[in-house]
Amino acid sequence: MTDYRRLAQDGLWSNNMVFAQMLALCPVMAVTSTATNGLGMGLATLFVLLGANMIISTIRHFISPAIRIPVYIVIIATLVTLTDMLINAFAYELYKVLGLFIALIVVNCAILGRAEAFASRNTLWDSIVDSLMMGIGLTWALVMIGGVREVIGSGTLFANAHLLLGAPFAFLEITVIPDYRGFLIMVLPPGGFIAVGFLLVAKRWIDRRGEQRQRRLASEPDSQQHQPSH
Amino acid sequence: MNLALMRERLEYQSLLLGLVVMVTCALLAVAYQWTREPIQQALANDMRQSFSQVLPEHLYDNDLLDYAGQIEAPWGHLTYYQASLAGDISAVVFPMQASGYAGKIDMLVAIKANGELSGVRVLVHQETPGLGDKIEVARDPWITYFTGKSLHNPLPTSWAVKKDGGEFDQFTGATITPRAIVAEIKRALLFFEAEQATLLYPVKLPGETIGVTTQMQGVEKHD
Ligand SMILES: Cc1cc2nc3c(=O)[nH]c(=O)nc-3n(C[C@H](O)[C@H](O)[C@H](O)COP(=O)(O)O)c2cc1C
Repeated sequence: MTDYRRLAQDGLWSNNMVFAQMLALCPVMAVTSTATNGLGMGLATLFVLLGANMIISTIRHFISPAIRIPVYIVIIATLVTLTDMLINAFAYELYKVLGLFIALIVVNCAILGRAEAFASRNTLWDSIVDSLMMGIGLTWALVMIGGVREVIGSGTLFANAHLLLGAPFAFLEITVIPDYRGFLIMVLPPGGFIAVGFLLVAKRWIDRRGEQRQRRLASEPDSQQHQPSH
Repeated sequence: MNLALMRERLEYQSLLLGLVVMVTCALLAVAYQWTREPIQQALANDMRQSFSQVLPEHLYDNDLLDYAGQIEAPWGHLTYYQASLAGDISAVVFPMQASGYAGKIDMLVAIKANGELSGVRVLVHQETPGLGDKIEVARDPWITYFTGKSLHNPLPTSWAVKKDGGEFDQFTGATITPRAIVAEIKRALLFFEAEQATLLYPVKLPGETIGVTTQMQGVEKHD
């Protein structure tokens, strides 16, 4: 029986593509200048990841280990190209924002990584769950990084969200700091590294506190048992 | 069982790889056919939308995409678009490309028949956010100050940024981008002045639609 809670926890937090595996950094740095771009990139990657995991898990018994990498790469590249064409044809406004970066999904080694480490060894259903969790984990990481960079760099949050999600979501677009003159470095690529660095610190800090609390909880019944004997 | 043995054989591996490539290529070909029309439509709509930004509505009543002309400019081949009102050519739109700080800046320059600028807009650029990107109309009205200008206002010698002794504002900390745009607009104006007669001659007479449509179809088949 597959442990779905474990899959979810891995994908969303403890084995997060960006904050734990430190993969996918090329698209991360390139697109996350705003939270909206991060969200769009995250969703597009989620779509490719889901498709790749589904196909690879379905045909996994037929693939010889010797040629698995080229097969995975051809499948992933095809899915990325399809995504690119579909967005270009049916969501042109979004394409103008994300278009340049869709092709970058191909170089996202985390997708190949999931194919190799998970989909090639697990059932279709498990691979779907894994790709969804990994994809959502990536998406929230990109939105966080984009959000931090956008607020500090341009003083807005979710600018242009209506291009991605449609007019009803225009309410997401917030000007956090009115008349802000901008902090250029956060919008440029170095800002991506800086934001990822601080967010990593935050994650480690939360993990550390979690561990300490567990250790305390674990040791408390212990100490109650042992203390009288000492 | 058998499959495990087969997977080790070279023939099986080559065939499988070939099969995967064939299936994916077929898929891509189908998707390409299927999305080609919508993508062209989207691009055409985008062009029309851009035209409407550089040309006020009362200046034209035609679909500029149907009135494209070709001409050799000093900097290369140029496709221009004629705007007409009730059959009279009222303006010409040039797609121009300036060399900015971080690469090419694609823009549209619309010049009225009397040589005045009807409007200028930047379509695509890679200038630095916060410095060079004030050329976008969404961020700064700077680009709209060109509307109504011509080679007589200001005179050609003043077609430069203030820092170079010209008439147009640069941005604080970013002179390269505005300098490139001013130079490119000036180039378009000079070219218009020199080739006025050709540019204002109708590329297509009213009622000539059939010929051009078949020509367009021929072009489409080529690519
Ligand atoms: C990271 C970086 C990005 C820049 N981006 C631009 C730009 O997009 N457009 C621009 O005109 N100048 C840009 N500059 C500034 C130019 O290097 C140059 O200093 C300036 O355009 C000259 O302006 P000045 O003559 O007013 O000093 C940038 C500088 C740096 C360090």
